[in-house]
Amino acid sequence: MINRQLKFAEAIHEAIDICLDGDRSTYLMGLGVPDPIGVFGTTKGLQEKHGKKRVFDMPVAENAMTGVALGSCLVGMRPIMTHMRLEFAMTAMDQICNQAAKWHYMFGGQSKVPLTIRMLIGRGWGQGPQHSQSLHAWFAHIPGLKVVMPSTPYDAKGLLIASIEDDNPVVFFEHRWLHNIHGPVPEGHYTVPLGEPRIVTEGGDVTIVAASYATLEAIKAGRELEREGIKAEIIDLRTLVPRNDAAILASVRKTGRLVVVDQGTLTGGFAGEIVARVTEEAFGALKAAPIRVALPDIPTPTTRALSNYYYPTPRHIIAAVHRTLGLTSRDGGDDPWAGIEPGDKTLDVPDKSFTGPF
Amino acid sequence: MPQESRLALYRSMLKIRRVEERIQALYPEGDMRCPTHFSIGQEAVAAGVCKNLRLEDHVISAHRSHAHYIGKGGNLRAMFAELYGKVDGCASGKGGSMHLIDLSVNFLGCVPIVGSTIPIGVGAAFGAMLQDHAAITVIFFGDAATETGVFHESVNFAAVHRLPVLFVCENNLYSVNTPLDVRQPGNRTIAELARGHGIETSQHDGQLVETVDAAVVDALAHIRNEGGPALLEFITYRWLEHCGPLGDLHLGYRTQAEFDSWATRCPLRLYRKVLEDNRLIDDAAHAAMDAKVAEEIDDAVAFARASPFPERSELSRHMFA
Repeated sequence: MINRQLKFAEAIHEAIDICLDGDRSTYLMGLGVPDPIGVFGTTKGLQEKHGKKRVFDMPVAENAMTGVALGSCLVGMRPIMTHMRLEFAMTAMDQICNQAAKWHYMFGGQSKVPLTIRMLIGRGWGQGPQHSQSLHAWFAHIPGLKVVMPSTPYDAKGLLIASIEDDNPVVFFEHRWLHNIHGPVPEGHYTVPLGEPRIVTEGGDVTIVAASYATLEAIKAGRELEREGIKAEIIDLRTLVPRNDAAILASVRKTGRLVVVDQGTLTGGFAGEIVARVTEEAFGALKAAPIRVALPDIPTPTTRALSNYYYPTPRHIIAAVHRTLGLTSRDGGDDPWAGIEPGDKTLDVPDKSFTGPF
Repeated sequence: MPQESRLALYRSMLKIRRVEERIQALYPEGDMRCPTHFSIGQEAVAAGVCKNLRLEDHVISAHRSHAHYIGKGGNLRAMFAELYGKVDGCASGKGGSMHLIDLSVNFLGCVPIVGSTIPIGVGAAFGAMLQDHAAITVIFFGDAATETGVFHESVNFAAVHRLPVLFVCENNLYSVNTPLDVRQPGNRTIAELARGHGIETSQHDGQLVETVDAAVVDALAHIRNEGGPALLEFITYRWLEHCGPLGDLHLGYRTQAEFDSWATRCPLRLYRKVLEDNRLIDDAAHAAMDAKVAEEIDDAVAFARASPFPERSELSRHMFA
């Protein structure tokens, strides 16, 4: 039993601090890293502790700076890059996808690129079309990148240390609405291995797969479902690449039903990949068609009036579970969620009644 | 310059020329199956730059990289094996002509996305600086790379941190088949453009290998003594098509007259004349030098042809370190 409680953001901070302490080749850079706010607290005070040579700000030049990080790997460094919004890293797609992802392979394994790129995903308070995208499926599509998206403070610390210590490029997603949740976090160095999903709750009626913030929404739905007597097995992916699907397949073979919750958009998204994998490997076990609960194929609207209809909620997950169980059927029409109202909570601010631990 | 240095400069250019001529001769057989960009006509830059580098200095390059690899002392057997897609290639056959690497001489690699290696080279210099290594990094690129945003981002960062980087722009006047004057304004040079970043820059004739050599000596002295990066722009000319072993005058994007004027300024012919005038080489000595180069190339080609292709298990190998 771990008594110490930390916020997710504090767990991230601690992981970086431990890695900077443990390995002289590790350094941290990113816009705003040493400023007084310190990337929502995740890098605060680290420059004072570790020095300006190892913790520093950079020019607003994400593409070049990703190349600089890569180049430093070739002479033995182990950089951590931080992007306050995922979208800023999109200007560096050449360096991430063409170069970092392929460098080890295309040179026959001679060089390695132990580069960790933190990307923060915004949501709420009008973050809008260019501050809130969860593009994990893009990066998972590129061979050579590892893709990590924790949902708890414990995993945030253990997975970030594992990512930094990994000898490959890792894209590490942090949902902003996770930064303030708290949970048990051990002191000192520990790792959570990349590739192993976590069974959050066991259940025999339906399998719900999620990752990052979507896991919290799934947990909320699961609690509601339990009151109805429906036991959901919730699986937190933790990492998209690498990924061991054994737990998901075993779960679906037990439940026969699958709902995948994805904080990215629907088409070409990661939920489809999980559904495809399960359908290929365990088709015979399925008792109903799997359902994806994802963002609609629409840019994020800024006004809270529309974001209330944009983000899937636990109600959507519950509706999906009901459908897989044959309790309701889809009404038809273009909108699979017709009739589901967001309720009285506005969806552009975090749910304060639900901050952990989980 | 000492006699042996002058001969070494010429030998380096001759080796680059002869290797590429051999590739040119063998390429039509269809066994080197990768896009291949020749530097014939541009040898003086690679030879003049690399002569002044130490083993620990890093070099990184782009798609037209054979000359830089050879100039830095890259393994010739591994290079030919790479072109043939063999397992003994410098990148196990997974890279090809556009992805040469030889870490034993600190040739860090090359990639064909124009501009992409510039920040990576800057990063190598940055990493060396963080570790207090004295290595200098040389980044070779063409004129078109200076049109990319990442070039300017990279030079800016190198200038901010006063990194030990020598940017070498081989301005061969064309990007694929597109001339410079539709891509960049005529009222400033690339060297002048880069000077705006607050670094030392200069433009030189890229056909005269001793001119290249002298410019590099000065630039490296600046980098080592004053600290901070420098950029050298060399005006040169590509003889063959952008990609592949053939001529391309039939396409009409450049004139025969233009080509002829550059052909008379062949860097090897110009320098051989200098060496002959100074009685450093005669026909017999040249033939002996040529024969020795040919022997090395014969050996490399034979090695590459005899090398096996990678086995199936190689497909998924090297996915992750």
